[in-house]
Amino acid sequence: MDPLVIAGRSFQSRLIVGTGKYPSNPVMVQAHDASGAEMVTVAVRRVNISDRSRESLLDYIDISRYTLLPNTAGCYTADEAVRTARLAREAGLSHWVKLEVIGDEKTLFPDNEALLEATRVLVKEGFVVLPYTTDDPVVCRKLEDAGAAAVMPLGAPIGSGLGIQNTNNIRIIREFSHVPVIVDAGVGTASDASLAMELGADAVLMNTAIAGAREPVTMARAMRLAVEAGRLAYTAGRIPRRMYANASSPVEGLVGR
Amino acid sequence: MPQILLNGETHEIAAPLSVTALLERLGIDTRRVAVERNLVVVRRAHYDSEIVSEGDEVEIVNFVGGG
Repeated sequence: MDPLVIAGRSFQSRLIVGTGKYPSNPVMVQAHDASGAEMVTVAVRRVNISDRSRESLLDYIDISRYTLLPNTAGCYTADEAVRTARLAREAGLSHWVKLEVIGDEKTLFPDNEALLEATRVLVKEGFVVLPYTTDDPVVCRKLEDAGAAAVMPLGAPIGSGLGIQNTNNIRIIREFSHVPVIVDAGVGTASDASLAMELGADAVLMNTAIAGAREPVTMARAMRLAVEAGRLAYTAGRIPRRMYANASSPVEGLVGR
Repeated sequence: MPQILLNGETHEIAAPLSVTALLERLGIDTRRVAVERNLVVVRRAHYDSEIVSEGDEVEIVNFVGGG
């Protein structure tokens, strides 16, 4: 498959996976392996000062194999997101960030105004910014103009598993963008991931669809195959849709006619 | 005893101390965390020289699972 290139860096895999909500860390390790992903997202949170017994997530992520993509999940203002990104850079020694500025608790839809503001600040500071945004082509264009290294429109609300709600917008965003388009959030099962790729998305980012499946490792493999299949189908160019049948077998030489 | 605000909670320190000393006292592996003092990230290279004292707001974060 053709590589995914973000900010000059090549990835063989077009699937980016999360590290949250797995039944256990060992299951996560196996799921990551089965997914074929080369980049995994992580969240930034306060260290528990009183209870230091908890295991460190990084004990379960081979950072020579996976690129860490810290997120700013849970941030509700541009300031919080910028602070979190700066801390993540120091903790992970990487200047890549999945930028989230949430605008609503129930839907977890992004606050695009604050997102743009935070993007501008972080780009100026040398971050590679991958903003999580609504599936709005105009917002995506503004994010690209602000220096985002990719745009990450949602397919549906985070963790909803509803699949791609507005296929047309994803297609338009692909057409408008000069940076990779990564469908982030909303995938429920393999066909959703395939569809995202068939629409022209350059990659898909997911967490709950794998971590929350009854068998996360099997679902991770399904997602790997789905993303590959979708990409190949997009590259191959699908046939046009027709209203009526168009025979595949010759219409001449039929017996008895 | 001087107090600081550590991850949102009051925390007593005997005397002003470096970030390195604070992390040691808390038993935190410095390689896996990031520290902010009064809203500014403390670079790793400055852990020995950056002093935490009375009234400071300190945040110590690490990576956890997320999407």
